[in-house]
Amino acid sequence: MNNNDTICNFEKRKIVTIQDIQNDIIDEFSMFDDWEERYQYMIDLGKTLPLINEQYKTDDNLIKGCQSKVWVHAEMKDNNVIFTADSDAIITKGIIAILIRTFSNQHPQDIIDADTEFIDQIGLKEHLSPTRANGLVSMVKQLKMYAIAYQTQLS
Amino acid sequence: MFNVEKIRQDFPILNRQVNGKPLIYFDNAATSQTPKQVIDVIVDYYSNYNANIHRGVHTLSQEATDAYEQARIKIQNHFNAKKAHEIIFTSGTTHGINLIANGFSSILKPGDDIIVSALEHHSNIVPWQMLCERTGATLKVIPMNLEGELILSEYDKLLSANTKLVFVNHISNALGTINPIETIISKAHTVCAAVLVDGAQSCPHIKPDVQALDVDFYVASAHKMCGPTGQGMLYGKEEWLQKLPPYQGGGEMIAEVTFEKTTYADLPHKFEAGTPNICGGIAFGAAIDYMNAIGFSTIAQYENELLEYATQQLSGIEGLKIYGTSAYKTSVISFNLEGIHPYDVGTILDKLGIAVRTGHHCAQPIMDFYNIPGTVRASFAFYNTKAEIDSLVAGVKKAKLMLS
Ligand SMILES: Cc1ncc(COP(=O)(O)O)c(C=O)c1O
Repeated sequence: MNNNDTICNFEKRKIVTIQDIQNDIIDEFSMFDDWEERYQYMIDLGKTLPLINEQYKTDDNLIKGCQSKVWVHAEMKDNNVIFTADSDAIITKGIIAILIRTFSNQHPQDIIDADTEFIDQIGLKEHLSPTRANGLVSMVKQLKMYAIAYQTQLS
Repeated sequence: MFNVEKIRQDFPILNRQVNGKPLIYFDNAATSQTPKQVIDVIVDYYSNYNANIHRGVHTLSQEATDAYEQARIKIQNHFNAKKAHEIIFTSGTTHGINLIANGFSSILKPGDDIIVSALEHHSNIVPWQMLCERTGATLKVIPMNLEGELILSEYDKLLSANTKLVFVNHISNALGTINPIETIISKAHTVCAAVLVDGAQSCPHIKPDVQALDVDFYVASAHKMCGPTGQGMLYGKEEWLQKLPPYQGGGEMIAEVTFEKTTYADLPHKFEAGTPNICGGIAFGAAIDYMNAIGFSTIAQYENELLEYATQQLSGIEGLKIYGTSAYKTSVISFNLEGIHPYDVGTILDKLGIAVRTGHHCAQPIMDFYNIPGTVRASFAFYNTKAEIDSLVAGVKKAKLMLS
């Protein structure tokens, strides 16, 4: 995005948009030849990221519809939503890491508006078992729900 | 002679690929695969004599009724029930359990006890909890030890003149433990309590003799023994079935209806309201024929070989822990890799074309007992091979490498 042609709504202006991040992720995943590399990448993402403050790993923050436990916490900072999350399963954690990288630190309206095409494009869904795919869908839904709640607060 | 390669040709699904790899199906405890002998019966039914039963005068209805009732007799013979009308067709184990729980709601009073085991499928605990809520009876639980066996001395302490019903599975789905139901039944009878045995996991492996067991009720599902889904059976002693009220109202279960009063039909129809799964019942009979043609002792012997081989091979993997180590178990291995979530292991195995179950296996209390989120469960059937087990072992090693 070129700053010159951005109509100045500073609340919504960002250097890196959700779309940019999604494109980066698509690029990264296109380098992998097979499922094994893709999975290893997700596993490594899952391993390296400390995702959530222990105090937020409460039952209230658990997402239903996952075979593994998934906790998500959201808070607002400078009109952006900051997501943190964790899971007891490492592949799930890798998936969360990808979602958080995409949606965290973004304006709630942008999160609401964002499409999730990229999930199909990186072959995340087709490489997941149906229960995992369901889990992924409920995770995205949950992130968007938080964004809707915060957007209501803003407006 | 048992020839597994020949047996495998009976199962069309074993030829398919999953994620580009030949399917290795190790989720038999959830649902078994269907041989073409059974598939053919299903196709034949819908191609040639699909009709409603017990009510038509026409030829198709007669043929369908005959085939359905013949299936009942096959099941009677298989379980060695004294009478054909002691076999009730159900939609599965769950249906049979609910039918009995409902029947006992008119018998139980506050102060009565129902005893269940700690090894139950948790969905099967719910009907008893509901029954206790309705009647004021109390639910008591036979605890288990670390090997995954029921502690019978504790059972002795729970039994009393207040015990009206004991519910236990013949074989645990999560751990594969074979429960000593002979002892459990005879002890229950010393206080005149009825016993319902859940045979969902045993019937694929052993051939229960309900008269020799002297069991009051026995339930099973066709889909775990090479038959179709949505079909099962309930055996009940005639006296008990006569004593219990019907479960559902509808067609087939009545003798005479006026607005003042309805008289119920005789057994087994009293418990079979509405048009049943006719094809399912017939195919269930075919599945039992198929398994008997191979022979249950042959099946048990071969599956035991698979179990021993797999236990030995998997135990060789460092950090792998097997849950359920009773000397009395069927071909089920529940395990975890140290520090790795079972769901992750299952996901990698699936990529390799290996179907296992992961999670709590509907036995949350057992998982809580071991303080684990779940396990990876590989369950073997007579159409599995040692070569497939080798692939499983290689897959688990690969998963361990990728995940740790
Ligand atoms: C021990 C046991 N009981 C009951 C059931 C439920 O059987 P169905 O779903 O066929 O009613 C199962 C199936 O997993 C089982 O393993």
